[in-house]
Amino acid sequence: MIFLRCCVVALVALAAGTAQAKTFKFADQGDVVSMDPYFFNESFLHNFNGNIYESLTGRGKKLELTPELATDWKQTAPTVWRFNLRKNVKFHDGTPFTADDVLFSLERVRGEGSDVKSHVAEVREIRKIDDHTIDIITRSPFPILAESIGLWRIMSKSWCEKNNSIRPSDVRKGIENHASGNTNGTGPFMLKSRQAGVRTVLVPNPNWWGKAEHNLTEVIFTPIGNDATRVAALISGEIDMMQPVPLQDVLRMQANPNLKVLQGPELRTIFLGMDQKRDELLFSSVKGKNPFKDLRVRKAFYQAIDIEAIKTRIMRGAATPTALMIAPGVNGFAADLNKRLPYDPEAAKKLLAEAGYPAGFEIGFMCPNDRYVNDSEICQAVAAMLARIGIKANLSAESKATYFAKVLRRDTSFYMLGWTPNAYDAHNPLFSLMSAPGEGGQGQFNLGSYSNQKVDELTRAIASETDLRKRQGMIADAMKIHQDEVGHLPLHQQALAWGMKRNIELVQLADNFNYLRWVTVK
Amino acid sequence: MKAALERFWDHDLAYSLRRSPVTLVALLLTLVCIGGAVFAPWLAPHDPFDLASLDLNDAFSPPAWTGSGAAKYPLGTDDQGRDVLSTIMYGARISLGVGVAAVAFALVLGVSLGLLSGYIGGRVDAFIMRVADIQLSFPAILIALLIDGVARVALPNEQHGNLAVPVLVLAIGVSGWVQYARTVRGSTLVEKSKEYVQAARVVGRSPLAIMLAHVLPNVTGPVLVIGTIHIATAIITEATLSFLGVGVPPTQPSLGTLIRIGNDFLFSGEWWITVFPGAALITLVLSVNLLGDWLRDALNPKLR
Repeated sequence: MIFLRCCVVALVALAAGTAQAKTFKFADQGDVVSMDPYFFNESFLHNFNGNIYESLTGRGKKLELTPELATDWKQTAPTVWRFNLRKNVKFHDGTPFTADDVLFSLERVRGEGSDVKSHVAEVREIRKIDDHTIDIITRSPFPILAESIGLWRIMSKSWCEKNNSIRPSDVRKGIENHASGNTNGTGPFMLKSRQAGVRTVLVPNPNWWGKAEHNLTEVIFTPIGNDATRVAALISGEIDMMQPVPLQDVLRMQANPNLKVLQGPELRTIFLGMDQKRDELLFSSVKGKNPFKDLRVRKAFYQAIDIEAIKTRIMRGAATPTALMIAPGVNGFAADLNKRLPYDPEAAKKLLAEAGYPAGFEIGFMCPNDRYVNDSEICQAVAAMLARIGIKANLSAESKATYFAKVLRRDTSFYMLGWTPNAYDAHNPLFSLMSAPGEGGQGQFNLGSYSNQKVDELTRAIASETDLRKRQGMIADAMKIHQDEVGHLPLHQQALAWGMKRNIELVQLADNFNYLRWVTVK
Repeated sequence: MKAALERFWDHDLAYSLRRSPVTLVALLLTLVCIGGAVFAPWLAPHDPFDLASLDLNDAFSPPAWTGSGAAKYPLGTDDQGRDVLSTIMYGARISLGVGVAAVAFALVLGVSLGLLSGYIGGRVDAFIMRVADIQLSFPAILIALLIDGVARVALPNEQHGNLAVPVLVLAIGVSGWVQYARTVRGSTLVEKSKEYVQAARVVGRSPLAIMLAHVLPNVTGPVLVIGTIHIATAIITEATLSFLGVGVPPTQPSLGTLIRIGNDFLFSGEWWITVFPGAALITLVLSVNLLGDWLRDALNPKLR
């Protein structure tokens, strides 16, 4: 009898406990590859770690620019910006946030191994005025400075020094350090525990400077790679939210009374890149020369791709085919340039023959299989389409954990990548993807080393041009050159699809970010 | 010829096969599966590995007997427009090839080490068993990644395309030998002390001869059973490794890969992509297991 009473008491206590604790469990198709915010320039890492770390400037619920660790800023000279830092902000370990942390973070983000260098490429130096005032000096007049540094997270100087993490961990060389698995940010959430690839648990930061809009007491993140398993986990109630919803399951989940699907266009452009630098490709049957240096070959690849079939069959309509490297909604998008070369395998064959490859050739083709929506399926379809014009693409599809390390080292001849412009401005892809690789993060993600001097010059001019109409004209010019030279093979913008329980309220940003500070569980 | 057939017909094995209809059916199904795989290039209606013949617009076509199916694709098509029937046949070639080769490799390695370990005993035994313990802590995936990484560095780029199958066989084989070694060692320890082994030793046969001629035939029963089950595990492991990028490329799906692809569509109505390959795998594994069971009983003198 006593035992029974104990059980009842325990049960009641348990029920009461669960009524108050708002645990939010969510899943993604892949893991956050590191807790170090400079490890890897990937949206999901920026998003996840953005719950823990903060930047000087941030983004609001409509992607508008908002103050974060800086309260306000103004341009005091063409290349000088005065930033006032937020006072009484503490890192999770209790140390106060000051200008020294910003100066340190600049050093660290520029350090060897950092993947986020390009975000601060225009910053020449930062001068400390006092503990809560800094001047950021840019290399040239740079009107979109505040917009550009929104994903450059600020780390604690004393914590990094104490934990031997002054240098960033390195995705290309696979170097890790204390910051890869531990955090100390200023953000609304703190890391409670992490098992890489299994689960990562966050808890709210009780001392956060901002006013919490969420009502969570714990957040559990689990990567679930298999589409069907991820869907089943949501339907069974094991998790509260997941993304992406596999396209074949959108309708079925919408029909479920307990679930909802949040859809929207995404700013990310998916494209294929080709090595145009090496004199001989790493992975190809062509020896002694690089077929991708020939515009006709690049055009042939382009025209061999039946983008409509990919859209209707593989993406089930949830994609917008594109001819540009930026999406509508990104500053600089020009609708009149957004016209793809027609799908025409016959013309493609002819182009290949003219280029001296009437029988085609073999090429290694690399793809991730857990990064973008239906990534490896798209690559398989492209390989099949290339086969029709005589190109034998030897496809290897692998997990992003190993894939990105290889392609970022440029150990590739033909690869897939997706890009969401940082600052939602065309300058970022022009600088990171389309400029020739150079100092300070320029062309850091131009993995095939497409290079055109005019594009480089225009990109430099766009960075400092303040006349918006003139700037738009220059962006269009640069995009046109890149397009005419088929620097990359743009495919499409995928659509966002997040699945969640009906009792979850959150904000879906068009760059596929889901900040936990706006999540409420009803 | 006729005499040979008659001799086979009268043999103990054939006799016990005739008496067991279940085994006959299993044998038949195994032969159909293996035949379908081996002769796929001549029997299959399409060549799904020939990328140029695929049409993405045919993707997700349901089986022929349903309303919107096409007679061209009897069991429907998958997400890339590959004919499911043909892909099963071609995929089974890879799966069976990798499965059988990996199991054969693991079996030979495991049985030899187990025999040595059990028969010689002492330090050799301790050493082999500790290696086995260490081996158990390395999953197949890790070994595959290791072998793949080393091979990629050691071999020129041109050879990378041909790496997939040897890497899979080695990885699955190396990670699977322990259970054979353990089983054989245990049985050997029991057999070693029996009179017939003592007798052989007294007669003066060499340890190697005793191991191979006397002990081995008496410890193979359980090994055969493990082997048949292991083939199924090996096929699944191969699918996992292929997903990680060390196995066969996605443009040449094996049976396991096809099932994994189909899994994504199981809930959304395109059931045929996973159900048919799944049924093929179950049929194959079940028949092989039944055959293994029967073989163990037929070879066991105590049950005769």
